[in-house]
Amino acid sequence: MQRIGVFVCHCGTNIAGTVDVKAVAEALKNEPGVVFSTDYQYMCSQSGQNMIKEAVAEHRLTGIVVCSCSPRMHEATFRKTAQAAGLNPYMVEIANIREQCSWVHKDMPIGTEKAVILAKAAVAKVNLNAPLTPGESPVTKRALVIGGGIAGIQTALDIADAGFPVDIVETKPTIGGKMAQLDKTFPTLDCAACILTPKMVDVAQNEKIRIFSYSEVTDVKGFVGNFDVTIKRKARYVKEDVCTGCGLCTEKCPQKNVPNEFNLGMDNRRAIYIPFAQAVPKVATIDPNYCTMLKTGKCGVCSKVCTAGAIDYSAKDEYIEERYGAIVAATGFNPISMEKFDEFAYSQSKDVITSLELERLMNAAGPTGGTLLRPSDGEHPHTIVFVQCVGSRCAACEQKGKEYCSKICCMYTAKHAMLIRDKYPDTDVYVFYIDVRTPGKNFDEFYRRAVEEYGVHYIKGMVGKVSPEGGKLKVQASDLIYGKQLHIDADLVVLAAAIEPDKSARGLATMLTASMDTNDFFTEAHPKLRPVESPTAGVFLSGTCQGPKDIPETVAQAGAAASKVIGLLAKDKLLGNPCVAHSDEMMCNGCSTCEKVCPYGAITYQDKEFRMPDRTTKVRRIAVVNEAVCQGCGACTVACMSGAMDLRGFSSKQIMAEVDAICK
Amino acid sequence: MQEIKREVLVNKAKELLSDGTVDRVLGWKRGEFDYDVTPGVFRSAEELDSGFVWGDFCGANFSKYLVKETAKGEGRVLVFLKPCDTYSFNQLLTEHRFDREKVYALGVPCNGMLDISRIKESAEGIVSVCEEDGKVTADTLYDGKKTFDRDALLPDRCSNCKSKKHVAYDELLGSDGEVLDSGRFDEVEKLEKMTADERFAFWQGELSRCIRCNACRDVCPACTCEKCVFDNPDSGVENKAAADSFEEKMFHIIRAFHVAGRCTDCGECSRVCPQHIPLHLLNRKFIKDIDEFYGEYQAGAEVGSRAPVVNYTTDDIEPSQAVERGEQNA
Repeated sequence: MQRIGVFVCHCGTNIAGTVDVKAVAEALKNEPGVVFSTDYQYMCSQSGQNMIKEAVAEHRLTGIVVCSCSPRMHEATFRKTAQAAGLNPYMVEIANIREQCSWVHKDMPIGTEKAVILAKAAVAKVNLNAPLTPGESPVTKRALVIGGGIAGIQTALDIADAGFPVDIVETKPTIGGKMAQLDKTFPTLDCAACILTPKMVDVAQNEKIRIFSYSEVTDVKGFVGNFDVTIKRKARYVKEDVCTGCGLCTEKCPQKNVPNEFNLGMDNRRAIYIPFAQAVPKVATIDPNYCTMLKTGKCGVCSKVCTAGAIDYSAKDEYIEERYGAIVAATGFNPISMEKFDEFAYSQSKDVITSLELERLMNAAGPTGGTLLRPSDGEHPHTIVFVQCVGSRCAACEQKGKEYCSKICCMYTAKHAMLIRDKYPDTDVYVFYIDVRTPGKNFDEFYRRAVEEYGVHYIKGMVGKVSPEGGKLKVQASDLIYGKQLHIDADLVVLAAAIEPDKSARGLATMLTASMDTNDFFTEAHPKLRPVESPTAGVFLSGTCQGPKDIPETVAQAGAAASKVIGLLAKDKLLGNPCVAHSDEMMCNGCSTCEKVCPYGAITYQDKEFRMPDRTTKVRRIAVVNEAVCQGCGACTVACMSGAMDLRGFSSKQIMAEVDAICK
Repeated sequence: MQEIKREVLVNKAKELLSDGTVDRVLGWKRGEFDYDVTPGVFRSAEELDSGFVWGDFCGANFSKYLVKETAKGEGRVLVFLKPCDTYSFNQLLTEHRFDREKVYALGVPCNGMLDISRIKESAEGIVSVCEEDGKVTADTLYDGKKTFDRDALLPDRCSNCKSKKHVAYDELLGSDGEVLDSGRFDEVEKLEKMTADERFAFWQGELSRCIRCNACRDVCPACTCEKCVFDNPDSGVENKAAADSFEEKMFHIIRAFHVAGRCTDCGECSRVCPQHIPLHLLNRKFIKDIDEFYGEYQAGAEVGSRAPVVNYTTDDIEPSQAVERGEQNA
């Protein structure tokens, strides 16, 4: 029988304000196994911890229940306290009477009743707890960064700077991401390429960094310190180590009508292409969907003009496997599809464009060479309407857009408006907005400048309809401040499309067993205190895959993620989690169900000889758990029909005892 | 009437015994009555001649018997498999429950097996049953000769046969059939259309007759645990099931969950139930849901397939969708 001590924390008034902590301590005194029960203002304080240590000595406690905040906050604290008092740290259970009681209830009797029930469940569990000892596992001193945008680039550079090797996996033929497509950056208006390309070059030149461009992660196994990752290197039909990036093939290729994704389809490229001049790696790629040679076997022009002999039409997708200690997700974002926003006539008129398309139209390397021209007729637009929040903050139309604020649109629209007014002062620029949100260093000043110095017409109100008529775009909108309808004949309409996480993130989250929110942004381990860590150990988050953010924020977060990775890779060994699965070989029938559900590949089978009661022997197939690989997720324990598989520290019996205590 | 004659089966078995391919035969043998056929092991031509039975009451699925029989010795076992039995056979192989090398499987075609309880409903003291031209005649002690349409005597699993195709065998006797487009989910649909209260009343009416004889579990080819949770006092399941005034439901619901994704719908549970509880409907509900949620999946159609319930693909439905559908059916 255990000798359990119960310690009920007030957490100031956080708990004591809604839960009668003295009543909880009193009610627990009579639970089986409890020999001591008390309450204290701050259990996590030094004196609170000392109280636990003294009670362990005085009452010869074998188990401890702390009724306090979420175990995510202080479970580690109280485990260390128990250890210092001479107990096994896994003899501590937390009853979360703050997040699950006081913070969600207003009524003291109800909050108190629930707190008592949760505490009783924890006591029931401790009665069945057994001491556990964690094992150790080595750390592979190499990091993987998934995504080669500014987030991935910065993270990789910072990790490499600390001396650890890093691999970047990027699905596109070049790193650079969205920032490479931008023209200028707010609030300083420096050219995006001018500040990004030096970093891209740094990556290319860094001996610690390998770039796997035109590649994707197809499988992740293992756990923190030891992730086994399979990377698919898509066939680019050009030998990366031979191609000099001279670009002759991209000029000679006869297939000229391939929509150029780098310019968002606003001009064409060849079937063999280098996305842009500063691409890293500067290597050509053949697009198999358009290459005549690959499709019909007749052509071969690029092969003939290539003096380096880099073209290889017989190339196949290759798979490489590598082990990493840490993985950083930096999968980035995309503007949402404008398909469902037909009121803005995006699909009807070429002159209705998204802001990212405008970036390309204003960029010197874009389809118009940097002169702002209407996509339909190549004329200068004289009246331009910007529509803010297209698909952002769209609570009512969940099917169409996103509930959240995309955060960057207010600032880039101010930038666009300002640049256009600066370069083409004869242009009228209207911006329709719900609110203008400009928190950030020098951000509001920037917006004020657009309004006050550059004469951009900011109108609070939304555009209801855009209809193409006689070469113009008839914009119907409301001005909420003057309370009137506006009709504007615009030459160009620019939609600030909401941003969403890249589609690849969901599949990746599954492979990484990292969690996502309802919008498919990666969830951080703690929204305030662990913003760059995923709840999955060894997986870190960088950039917009975690939530909308601008470049300065992305770079800051990328650096933070890198520092977390460095902290992990600097360790030689990691203490494992002793709460791992194990199989009762007398009950296991070797059916392989557990192996199928194990996300970590921790289960294997062996044929084992058993002595039967009649002195014969029988060979049976049984499951064996590799405890170093098992992460204790418990999937196998619920898949096992006979209950042969169980989890240490969370056994079916312990959980059943908790449920019984709650339902009593 | 079965398409293939008893002699063909017996002769084949004798041949395989005599040439040493197998050293024992898993087959059907006569029980107390004609219609009371039970599984048996035959080791010689003489035993086959005197005891082997093949006919309209050979419903027993031998796949599960292979788990214990193959573990008994080194020699190979000859087993007769009807089309639906071959699915269980494959499923057991998927779960590594017996050594395929120790089995010689003979596929036999099946025209559906009769359900004696349908005759018993109107005829007491059955002495013998014979069949001619689709008519089945029972000679009885108390009701004289009674004649029935053969089709009317088929159990649900045969009248809604899912497949006449053998998905596993070493050798096939007679002809092979096709996977059929059966109406096996019609009854489930009727249950789904009921209100929650009606459905509860239906199942309470059925399951309350359960006497916990465990016949369904013992015959089920998916129930091959070394130790069933219901036989394991340490699992705590037994206590929970008993703590309810309608405790029988817990046994059957837990069992249905344990075989979900693994049940091939062979229908043995309903065949052996002495209380005639339509247990297969519970399993079919799971199969139907799995088909609808994850795309059609037939357990045992091939060896090594992954049941959707122990698999993950990005096309899987979101939990919220399942909850939503559940609410619609409530």
